[in-house]
Amino acid sequence: MAQAAIELIGINKSFGAVRANRDINLEVARGTIHGIVGENGAGKSTLMSILYGFYQADSGEIRVGGKPVSISTSNDAIALGIGMVHQHFMLVDNFTVLENIILGAESDALLKKSIAKARSELDRLEREYGLEVDPDAVIEELPVGLQQRVEILKALYRGAEILILDEPTGVLTPAEADHLFRILKQLKDQGKTIVLITHKLREIMAITDTVSVMRQGTMVATRVTKETTVGELAELMVGRRVLLRVEKGQSEAGAVKLSVKNLTVKDSRGVTMVDNVSFDVRGGEIVGIAGVAGNGQSELLEAISGIRHAVSGEVMLDGKPIDLTGKADPGELRDRGLAHVPEDRHHVGLVLAFEENENSILGYHDDERYLKGPFLDIDAIMADAKDKIEKYDIRPGNPRLKTANFSGGNQQKIVLAREMEQDPGVLIVGQPTRGVDVGAIEFIHKRLIAMRDQGKAVLVVSVELDEIRSLSDRILVMFAGRVVGERGPDATEGELGLLMAGVEHQEAAE
Amino acid sequence: MSTPYAKLPAWADYGLIPLINLSVAFIVAGFVVMLVGENPFRAAVILVEGAFGKGTGIAFTLFYATTFIFTGLSVAVAAHCSLFNIGTEGQAYIGGLGIALVCLSLDSVLPWWVIFPIAIVAAAAFGALWGLIPAYLQAKRGSHIVITTIMFNFIAASVMVYLLVGALKPAGSQAPQTRNFLAGAELPKLNWVIELFGAKIRSAPLNICFLLALVMAFLVWLLIWRTRLGYEMRTYGHSPKAARYAGISETRIIITAMMISGALAGMMALNPVMGDQHNVAIDFVSGAGYVGIAVALMGRLHPVGIVLAAILFGMLYQGGAELAFEMPAISRDMIVIIQGLVILFAGALEHMFRPYIQALFASVSPKSVGMQAVNGKGA
Repeated sequence: MAQAAIELIGINKSFGAVRANRDINLEVARGTIHGIVGENGAGKSTLMSILYGFYQADSGEIRVGGKPVSISTSNDAIALGIGMVHQHFMLVDNFTVLENIILGAESDALLKKSIAKARSELDRLEREYGLEVDPDAVIEELPVGLQQRVEILKALYRGAEILILDEPTGVLTPAEADHLFRILKQLKDQGKTIVLITHKLREIMAITDTVSVMRQGTMVATRVTKETTVGELAELMVGRRVLLRVEKGQSEAGAVKLSVKNLTVKDSRGVTMVDNVSFDVRGGEIVGIAGVAGNGQSELLEAISGIRHAVSGEVMLDGKPIDLTGKADPGELRDRGLAHVPEDRHHVGLVLAFEENENSILGYHDDERYLKGPFLDIDAIMADAKDKIEKYDIRPGNPRLKTANFSGGNQQKIVLAREMEQDPGVLIVGQPTRGVDVGAIEFIHKRLIAMRDQGKAVLVVSVELDEIRSLSDRILVMFAGRVVGERGPDATEGELGLLMAGVEHQEAAE
Repeated sequence: MSTPYAKLPAWADYGLIPLINLSVAFIVAGFVVMLVGENPFRAAVILVEGAFGKGTGIAFTLFYATTFIFTGLSVAVAAHCSLFNIGTEGQAYIGGLGIALVCLSLDSVLPWWVIFPIAIVAAAAFGALWGLIPAYLQAKRGSHIVITTIMFNFIAASVMVYLLVGALKPAGSQAPQTRNFLAGAELPKLNWVIELFGAKIRSAPLNICFLLALVMAFLVWLLIWRTRLGYEMRTYGHSPKAARYAGISETRIIITAMMISGALAGMMALNPVMGDQHNVAIDFVSGAGYVGIAVALMGRLHPVGIVLAAILFGMLYQGGAELAFEMPAISRDMIVIIQGLVILFAGALEHMFRPYIQALFASVSPKSVGMQAVNGKGA
């Protein structure tokens, strides 16, 4: 085995009483791709933050290239040749690629000299690793795949020999993800060491040499990727067997409950985000909308739920139109049986600063069940919240706890419980399991299918292809604001991937 | 991990940390007193004795506190809806106009207990109207409330000067103020309550507005945490997007919150106008609106905290006046410096000591800091 690039020995880290990492040992061999998987809150990000100098370990030792080191700031990490590509890019949107790359690593007081120096260096890096980006392009005009490439270049420019990538494919199309993987392989061939943090087991299987699994702050196993299976890894992550694909019966589609006709939506800058989209959702079926983030799905959901102005078209709920001027009263739509689980639960679906019970009535706070005159009926609200906590197994089961203190999966359950328990006729769900751990995904999927089996119309938008394929009875693919194809649940990933990438209908079918 | 620092128990959060901040403010103020060549310990004794030592001092402290409770509540109500109402000053000033109109026209025919409720409504209504215009501009036109409320303070000041040197001034008078109200518009004093405890009071302006302020503090608590309207205001305050999603009208909630805030500000004028001066004079608000911002921040937007913070600022006002009198080297400006330091440490630098306290708590008693998030397993 090659010499270890990084060794972590007996790392412990607590936040107050929370032990985020306990006795972690990890060895990553030089020139390999090492995956780290685990549920949210398993401690992956904490561990990498310790390695990158954001946090200090309470105890334990870090060795880089065999030598014990102390890393107390990210500058120390950079000096040791460790680079990090964050899940949320750390780029200045209105700077050019070059300006972003030298940011914080300016070599001279005058910008001009720094840029000239960076330009030749960048040129060399781009040629060496096949990472072509126009150095003078402005970041906000680049697609996300290229923005990520800039992040990688940034790390390489700073002399990174060890590259940490945190959930790098969350925002990419399958094609872009494949391209990223090719780049990573190339970097590996050039002798770089790569640590890949992800919760997507498929990626682990596709690209890594070795993989470590974390659960609840401990390192539960390290495997050679070729000798393990997705099933084994999932089981290690959760600590029990999980169904990777929910079982569901044949759908019995009934009458059309939600009908969208020629809907066009523009954003505040006047760019067309949803372009003449039409489809129906019937009772008793789940329609899934696949697509790479940013292709109009969010705007579509917002228009249907009455909180975004649509330029033209119509949306019928149970045969009656929805006000599309953007002034629709979401409260009235709720009364008509439309429930909406928004994509962004942190800012839209929940108020994180509220107690759990306060969030369990958000949007239904006008309901007389929860009111006594102008006053909130606290007893009724608490009883209702406890009831939902029980039914949806929300943990910890304390309705007085601040919502921000719940894990992502439990926060999503709070929203789902609220919306599903209103017994709506139509349920629209954006990113049902974004940032949700494997165990909760299974639960949420089962609930959605139960809704379908009760004859409700369910519309699901997700950027996770696996999720769409596993849940949907019909799959619509959105690209650049248009629905570019409709497929059955047995559509292959490749077929959908091509549609998502905007390759024309006919080509995809061939 | 989403929370790098564990939570503190409530008593530390709401008691210990403000106390530490306050102590640091006073220590720094002590150094300033030393710089001007006075003994800081003696200064502290004079300040505290001036505020609480005698019955008269206590009455003055509570009189000032009354004013600050109103303005603090006003700022807090708007802040819960994430509106930074800097216009409390102007809204209180215009509230005084409402009171003047009521008192000047009714004080010869009605007793105080009839005029008082009418004046409360007038003060609240005038203050609310002065809050309404910036609120409307924010809700409909997107004009930033901070800018517009500041501008409305200047407009209020100009309007009042215009009226007080013109229409409201008795003919022949040289002073820019209304005529003195008759007995019908004078509010009963509360000094006898303090005298019940054996203290002697020469003459102090503490009046029943203090009780009104306490009632309003309770009503604000009720509004914010127990009513649907308060729920909607807090939802909008934390996340306008969540409010939109929940079907809460942005226009309605901004306007409602600002009108309530303005009404509370307007009611502040009752205390000096009907309780003490018995006339409306130029600049009678004299910065109480801005102190209200500090009071609201220091009281962490909670009515109980606001009442306590208002009493603290009342103490600084009253004790500070005594201090300026006793120690010639310490002028009124020095008192403003001390107040500024309190605001700096308790408001602006509120979180400066928090990480250290949290680290201390975590090492001393791990059980006391929030464990909830980990007890429930990852779903």
